[in-house]
Amino acid sequence: MEKIIQVGMAELKIANAPDKLLTAGLGSCIGICVCSPAQQFGVLAHIMLPSSVQSKKASNKAKFADTAVELILEEMNKKGVRTSRLVAKIAGGAQMFKCVGDSSIMNIGQRNALAVQEHLNRSGIRITAQDTGGNYGRTIIFDPKTADLRIRTIGHGERTI
Amino acid sequence: MGKDFSELTGMELDALREIGNIGAGNAATALAQMVQTKIDMSVPEVNILPFDEIPKLVGGADAPVCGLYFEVSGSIRGSILFMLPIERAGLLVDMILARPLGETDLNLGVELEFSVIMEVGNIISGTYLNALSHFTNMKLLTSVPALAIDMAGAILNGILAQVGAVFDDVLVLKTMFTREDRDIVGHFFMMPDSESLSTILQGLGVNC
Repeated sequence: MEKIIQVGMAELKIANAPDKLLTAGLGSCIGICVCSPAQQFGVLAHIMLPSSVQSKKASNKAKFADTAVELILEEMNKKGVRTSRLVAKIAGGAQMFKCVGDSSIMNIGQRNALAVQEHLNRSGIRITAQDTGGNYGRTIIFDPKTADLRIRTIGHGERTI
Repeated sequence: MGKDFSELTGMELDALREIGNIGAGNAATALAQMVQTKIDMSVPEVNILPFDEIPKLVGGADAPVCGLYFEVSGSIRGSILFMLPIERAGLLVDMILARPLGETDLNLGVELEFSVIMEVGNIISGTYLNALSHFTNMKLLTSVPALAIDMAGAILNGILAQVGAVFDDVLVLKTMFTREDRDIVGHFFMMPDSESLSTILQGLGVNC
């Protein structure tokens, strides 16, 4: 029986095929989807911030790009999956509001995207597709069986990467 | 070290709700001056909620909503978000423009309707902060509103990302608009940064 597992903000969840992973309403946040197609097993992390370093409360590892990538690697290691076999797809990192001052909140989406790319690259996880930026929200569904990432939006179409 | 919302006492919450109601009363007066019809406003509930529960208030993380975001500056720093499901925002525009309810569709992107909703946001955030500033003797300013129409979760993300870096709870003022016998409920989210919350409570004199 195939299930769709919901991943909330600042959460990380694991699915075995044919189960899928869903996270709704990504704005500036990023959904990091990693799987090993051979093992039929995948992870989705919904990160909110680029770095845990400046945060006073960094206990939730799934909230930050740097610690979430560490956590993903840990989960993959537990399953005995080699890093070189992993593929990643990422989506999100939008800028939802325009024109309010010059606050850092306005480009947090872009900073999230850059941080996720950097940490995945550094860990040796290949990014095979991404859909980031823009000014609209995304709901994503990740299928660990095929590594397909389906993206739904309001008014900006639907696509699979 | 600043205070966290989750540490607030019942009395402190009551004080914030009372200010909300005074602000809403003033906002209703301001609205009445702007439009022909009489619209009442009240704040029936004030809550502290963890941020991951906020999307539920507006129909789920991928529900289409209308969100207005303001930055607060002056004696404190923080953010205000006014958010309601898109069809309710449409009804609110109908109320203000004295149209038959159900006529406005914000998905069509009519500039005038966006202006109306932004003006409502301006009035609410302005009057709430005025009331707050009156009771605490603080100087409070808001930015111009930024409008987004999209998924609730997506709109919350960026704002909560900033607040969530400091703490995990948000002050929620349920705001009710009433014209004749129709009610429209919107939610007003107040997110002062951590130091600012202590400043507010000290100003109110309930932080003893």
